Amino acid sequence: MAKISLKVNGKAVSAEVEGRTLLVELLREKLGLTGTHVGCDTSQCGACVVHVNGDSVKSCTMLAVQAEGAEITTIEGLAAADGTLHPMQAMFREHHALQCGFCTPGMVMSAIDIVQKHPAGLSEAQIREELEGNLCRCTGYHNIVKAIAAAFPLMHQKHAA
Amino acid sequence: MYDFAYQKPASVADAVKLLATGPEAKVIAGGQTFIPVLKQRLNKPSSVVDLAGLGLSGISVSGNTLTIGAMTTHATVARSAEVKKAIPGLAMLASWIGDNQVRHRGTIGGSLANNDPSACYPAAVLALGAVVKTNKRAIKADDFFQGMFTTALEPDEIITAVEFPLPVEKSAYEKFRQPASRYAMVGVFVAKGPAGVRVAVTGAGQNGVFRVPEMEAALAKSWSADAIAGVKVSPEGLNSDIHGSAAYRAHLITVMARRAVAAAG
Repeated sequence: MAKISLKVNGKAVSAEVEGRTLLVELLREKLGLTGTHVGCDTSQCGACVVHVNGDSVKSCTMLAVQAEGAEITTIEGLAAADGTLHPMQAMFREHHALQCGFCTPGMVMSAIDIVQKHPAGLSEAQIREELEGNLCRCTGYHNIVKAIAAAFPLMHQKHAA
Repeated sequence: MYDFAYQKPASVADAVKLLATGPEAKVIAGGQTFIPVLKQRLNKPSSVVDLAGLGLSGISVSGNTLTIGAMTTHATVARSAEVKKAIPGLAMLASWIGDNQVRHRGTIGGSLANNDPSACYPAAVLALGAVVKTNKRAIKADDFFQGMFTTALEPDEIITAVEFPLPVEKSAYEKFRQPASRYAMVGVFVAKGPAGVRVAVTGAGQNGVFRVPEMEAALAKSWSADAIAGVKVSPEGLNSDIHGSAAYRAHLITVMARRAVAAAG
């Protein structure tokens, strides 16, 4: 067992983990942040995507000990304290970008990273390409792509302000 | 996953010492292949030595060499202005590995040390005549890759960086993805640089990455997609599976090579 310290959604946390403990296990089982899902557990589906130091990462394919000192953001860390949704969450709701909802947390986390990494603009084709690491088995991609395109100006406007 | 002792040394020398403690001590770089392998219990390490604390990440150009640190992620290579300028085909290749999330963790050193027969990086390293630097020596690409999942690396040897000779006049990579896994069924890197004109193929060969001398000779005479249109690659030694026969892959090699030459301009 190793003791690790990291920041999750802005809060300092520490935990005892085994070498083999996955980041997603730490988040879900030790910290109770069950918004991050485990879909395939084989690095394919992206339901477990979180941000590690600002980059989207599959938390089922990273050891918890590797997150020592890192800043993690999960789906629970997006909305403001008063409940105001992150623009990406708001646009997912607005455009009904979910069916069963299982892939949604990972989709939202990936989508935010995609928009942040492309400040100059994003075409529909680019959004579809960039979403390669996230699978929606309801095949609800069309509205997800619409939601991301709609969130783009909101997110960059906010940054500019 | 079996449990193991996790270690994160702060120097290459310490990492080598930890690896020398036993044959079951394994290295983790980005972990994008290794963690899935551990999950399947295909490997039972006594300890896992993380290279993330060794300062092996970074990209620099000095004189006629582009150096990429072993722990540099695919995303960093793909976005690097220096790589895009010096060897555009290499940035292109990095931007197509896995998906965004894999590219944020996966590293060039990890890809090369693993030498998966479908990995993309070996094609670039071989085609560009790069040199793999380790804690012990410098290994030429031609000597480094020794068959499926096999390299010249010794058990306590760690890749520290990869050096690409410059100037590279032309470079491009094209791959035909297996539709579900998205791994390269056939990936071809073409290059014209200090190592000459080279064509390296990944994904297709039973023994991993290999060069195609007939194409290299044809392209050295005339750099054009038409110059290699008539080159027939032998299906002997190529993979044959439910995704495609050896003959299909042999045909794809010429198709992908032509596309790569056209993309390189």
